[in-house]
Amino acid sequence: MKQMSRVVRTISSLTFGYIVIFGFYVIIYGHVTPGGGFQGGVVVASAFALLLVVYGHNKTEEFLNTNLLSFAESTGLILFIALAFMGLGVSFFYNFLTNSGGLFGHTPVSGVNPGDVYTGGLIPLMELAVGLEVLSAMGVIILVISGGAASIKKKKEKS
Amino acid sequence: MKKTFFAVALILLFAFLMTIAIQMRLFGEPVASQMDDYFIENVQAETGVNNVVTGILFDYRGFDTLGEATVLFTAVVGVTVVFKGALK
Amino acid sequence: MVVVNNFPFITVVILISLGIYTLIFKKNLLKIAIGIILMGNGVNLFLVSLGYRHESIAPIYTNAPEETSMVMPTAQALTLTNIVIGLATTALILSLAVAIYKHYGTLDTDKARRLRG
Repeated sequence: MKQMSRVVRTISSLTFGYIVIFGFYVIIYGHVTPGGGFQGGVVVASAFALLLVVYGHNKTEEFLNTNLLSFAESTGLILFIALAFMGLGVSFFYNFLTNSGGLFGHTPVSGVNPGDVYTGGLIPLMELAVGLEVLSAMGVIILVISGGAASIKKKKEKS
Repeated sequence: MKKTFFAVALILLFAFLMTIAIQMRLFGEPVASQMDDYFIENVQAETGVNNVVTGILFDYRGFDTLGEATVLFTAVVGVTVVFKGALK
Repeated sequence: MVVVNNFPFITVVILISLGIYTLIFKKNLLKIAIGIILMGNGVNLFLVSLGYRHESIAPIYTNAPEETSMVMPTAQALTLTNIVIGLATTALILSLAVAIYKHYGTLDTDKARRLRG
């Protein structure tokens, strides 16, 4: 099958990095501005879909390893459950880091304020775990479905 | 014969739903609820975030987020089994 | 003019009716999948538009204008969960459509009827 033209390949390789960085910004600033774990994960997965459309299935499979993405997805879900278990002295999902002096422990000014990213306690860590899980889950889904479709096409061209 | 029956049923359903949509409560005046007022007042003191929706999703109702993460994981398991499970 | 005022609810009814029309009258499997996605989007719009108050802002305290009321935030949290569940349903139905094409050679629901081993 013919490749896409040189202009399309160059521009999409350049914008791939910017889309990934913007997705991680939406994930980590989820408790200050609109966004969060799920939205930022989907933005990063759209960068993977851009690569899949421009370069075809075989070259994208060499760049994004399916086994590594599946391992990252399991790590994200286990990290989320482990963070929920850590406050079990009071209750399940207890936020023991908020408004204290530890990690992410500043107190926000009450009312309208310019946002501070260092607040929130356990919430930014849980958002990182959920964002990691969503981006690798969507990456695995689009790679497996397009792999199945590519193998049907190869079998049809052979016969 | 079957197509006319389904077309009549669809038009009846559309008319029924449109009657409900016209005489519902006016858009922009919801029923006053105490739970949402409590959330908007106390989210910065108890949770420490500026975004009320994130504070609800991860602190007041974190259990729903756990269920949703499990649903996404199950969907990936289902897709993988369809395409790679039958190869021996 | 209550018809002009309830415009989001009328849009929801049109979306759901179009989705049900596509489910009943179309034969291609991908068009049936699009009908299911349309119905899911209609329900999400209905959930979000239930919590709106007149002349209120989004429920975020960062750089917000002073002395304005806020929209009810619970409906938006439930809609986020619903969107991800719709994504899981879409992924499973599309992968089953690819598997049916591999097995039967066609995507027409009138021709792919008999169970074949």
